[in-house]
Amino acid sequence: MKDVKLSDYTFKGIEHGEIADLRTLDASDKNRILYAGVDLDACDGSAVFMHMDQSTVHCESRDPGVELLDIKVAMKRYDGLPEYAWKLVPADKDEFTRNVAENVHGGYFIRTKPGAKIAKPVQSCLFLKAEKAGQNVHNIVVVEEGSELHIMTGCSTAHSTTSAAHLGITEYYVKKGGKLTFTMIHNWGQNATVRPRSVGVVEEGGVFQSNYVLLNPVGTLQMYPAIHLNGRGGVARFNSVIVTPEGSHVDSGNRVILNAPDTRCEIISRTITTGGGNIARGHIAGHAVPCRGHLECKGLILGGGQSLAVPELDATVEGVELSHEAAVGKIAQDEIEYLMARGMDEAEATSTIVRGFLNVDIMGLDGPLAKAIQEQVEKIDANAM
Amino acid sequence: MLKIEDLRVSIGDKEVLRGINLHIREGETFILFGPNGSGKTSLLMSLMGFSGYNITGGRILFRGEDITHLPMYERARRGIGMSFQRPPTIHGLKTSHLVQMCGRGREMDIPAMARKVNFEEFLERDINAGFSGGEIKRSELLQLMAQKPSFVLFDEPESGVDLENMQLIGKVVRRLLDGEVDLPPGMCAKPLKCKLRTSGLIITHTGYILDYINADRGQVLYKGRLCCEARPRDILEHIRNYGYQECIKCLDEPNGAPSGLTLL
Repeated sequence: MKDVKLSDYTFKGIEHGEIADLRTLDASDKNRILYAGVDLDACDGSAVFMHMDQSTVHCESRDPGVELLDIKVAMKRYDGLPEYAWKLVPADKDEFTRNVAENVHGGYFIRTKPGAKIAKPVQSCLFLKAEKAGQNVHNIVVVEEGSELHIMTGCSTAHSTTSAAHLGITEYYVKKGGKLTFTMIHNWGQNATVRPRSVGVVEEGGVFQSNYVLLNPVGTLQMYPAIHLNGRGGVARFNSVIVTPEGSHVDSGNRVILNAPDTRCEIISRTITTGGGNIARGHIAGHAVPCRGHLECKGLILGGGQSLAVPELDATVEGVELSHEAAVGKIAQDEIEYLMARGMDEAEATSTIVRGFLNVDIMGLDGPLAKAIQEQVEKIDANAM
Repeated sequence: MLKIEDLRVSIGDKEVLRGINLHIREGETFILFGPNGSGKTSLLMSLMGFSGYNITGGRILFRGEDITHLPMYERARRGIGMSFQRPPTIHGLKTSHLVQMCGRGREMDIPAMARKVNFEEFLERDINAGFSGGEIKRSELLQLMAQKPSFVLFDEPESGVDLENMQLIGKVVRRLLDGEVDLPPGMCAKPLKCKLRTSGLIITHTGYILDYINADRGQVLYKGRLCCEARPRDILEHIRNYGYQECIKCLDEPNGAPSGLTLL
């Protein structure tokens, strides 16, 4: 990975006031954010959050079942959130966590009411607008017992050339029987430095489902979110779709630790390298029985770059069942010809296969977002052909 | 409709078709027999334009146009359709989506079409993922129904199909060849059907498909050469009784006069 010098970025003084109506943002900013999965014009989430550069600019809950606060407000109101803050991600883990811990700019604290099943997703947007801005974000999500929540978070820079750094700490707590779906879409640029640090715990019978999409270039991104399934019957699923064009350096993986009986997990990653560097990691550890985990890393190289798959399985008890499947390859000629025999030209056939490979459909995204993703996938093919 | 003139095809340095001449007319269904390795599948693949089948001589005319070197999708768009024997699985591509794409923008009632091949429950599945032999056939037929070709290439429509499915597949193949159209009420079907009849080139080993379709002509392909033209049922019966031995004799004779089949 490229070295990151935090001293290249400014971590103070780039503040913004509240933006009561997010529709009033610049059209170009809104468009960038749309490509990160949040449609600010049609924002109808159960709660809406936006953080711009070094300030939380919008924080609004519309559903009595969801509490949404700026993290700084929450820390004050709840005496520093002793049960949750910095409990999963140690503040001194690395230089990025230290940088955030010393100077939190904002972030969200989201907590559901026990048993509340929140129908509409919480929409969140983390935005970098100023050149050379460094952003320190700390998020905490608490899904109380028996509650269900979907968080849809989009992260974006204002331009594809913006040079900026995003450091984000996220701690997830899924309590007994709770369910959290966390969909994150990144829309950075070739000069963005991104270092998320995320860890979650899932209690008995809880479910954590993560969907991650990165289709545009990013200067350097490194993350390895981990979920600990600590209660019986917990489930974790990770689904990632990552494209690395030229100039992109991505080192990304998912980790699940099966600490209780009857836990299971599935990690699926699909990557396409069109000239950049991609490392797809995966780690499943089984420390209790019975437990089951499956890890799947599939990579395509279209036109150049590097694709490195690093799957790891770690079992410490007899009876643990873990498997992995890693493959790096190209689009099969017989698949292209099958579609050409149905009247598609080579470009159509290729894009159809690539879309299927990325399989973003299964994340259940719709509306303008699905269209935006579709457009981006088509762009990939145009570049790769 | 389709005219093949002295077609020679090699795979690598092995010649698999050694001068094929064949003319299939508008609305005609032609049955191709032959032992394993005789070049039947190679002929279909060459007509469709697959890579790896190098045409070293002769030409293929479709409706008078030389399509010998046209890319595959151009042949498909001109009306040639093919049912695959072992189609590849494409992960993430739903069957319904592929059927939609086969229609190339034509308005279709896909669930209703799927019902005709008893395939509704597969529409949301990835194409060919874990499909059985019979399911592959039904899926291929569904795609062809959407594609509406005027000339169909079938590679063993009965292989891997149980008897129950054979009936369904046989009927659908027939409908496809009959150029099935949804007629406005009160309109006479007959003249329209005749006009829209689809032509076909079908490979069969067992001949089961002959119970369902009106096959006009047939011929045996043997070691890359065509011989023994006759009515398909007669060829089948002959092969059942004598195997392909007669074909060897037949090819050896100067004018290709079929010794065994002349009596038929």
